[in-house]
Amino acid sequence: MSPRAACRLATLGFEQVYDYMPSKVDWMARGLPLEGENAGQPRAVDIARTDVVTCGLHEPLGAVHDRVTSSPYGFAFVLGPDGVLLGRLRKASLEQDPDTRAQDAMEPGPSTTRPDTPPDKLLAKLHGADLTTAVLTDPEGRLLGIVRRADLDGTAI
Amino acid sequence: MSYTQILYPRLRELLDHDAQLVEVLPPGEYQELHLPRAINIPLKTLDAQSAAALDRARAVVVYCWDGL
Repeated sequence: MSPRAACRLATLGFEQVYDYMPSKVDWMARGLPLEGENAGQPRAVDIARTDVVTCGLHEPLGAVHDRVTSSPYGFAFVLGPDGVLLGRLRKASLEQDPDTRAQDAMEPGPSTTRPDTPPDKLLAKLHGADLTTAVLTDPEGRLLGIVRRADLDGTAI
Repeated sequence: MSYTQILYPRLRELLDHDAQLVEVLPPGEYQELHLPRAINIPLKTLDAQSAAALDRARAVVVYCWDGL
């Protein structure tokens, strides 16, 4: 629909016309603010935790291990350029040789969730898959944060 | 007489430079959810009269639900 609108504006003599092709779906998938009657409905991104440990591909596990130990979580995420999520380092992986590079110990391609997912649907998804944590990324795969199942079902301490 | 298709990074730049944002979906969908500061000119009503609400000296960015 938006290409036709952009074309129409151009035919009306507007000289600076742009079509944001991915449109509202893309904006919502980034967890960005919205306005309107339904704008106040809760989204996963609104309750996401952003204090999870991250590291680069070439970082030695020893350094990551120390950060994870002093964090509330037992894992870390491995990020590529621009913060794109590439892998996950679980606690067992972090116990390997401290000189091992993160990219050689990570589990590649963690499953992710859209940040605009309603919390009740996210909770059902986590229960259904028997998972404790949802990982939120934007459409480019950049890490936005995590949501723990305990945050959703009220059992968080 | 043309327009440019853009992705989010360019949209961000344009919004930072005071571009006008126009949702072209029907009013009901706009009322439920729209991008911040967007105005609503539904495609079915887009003509010279409704477009007069726009400033021709500034960039205009249109969007719908998913670009289709």
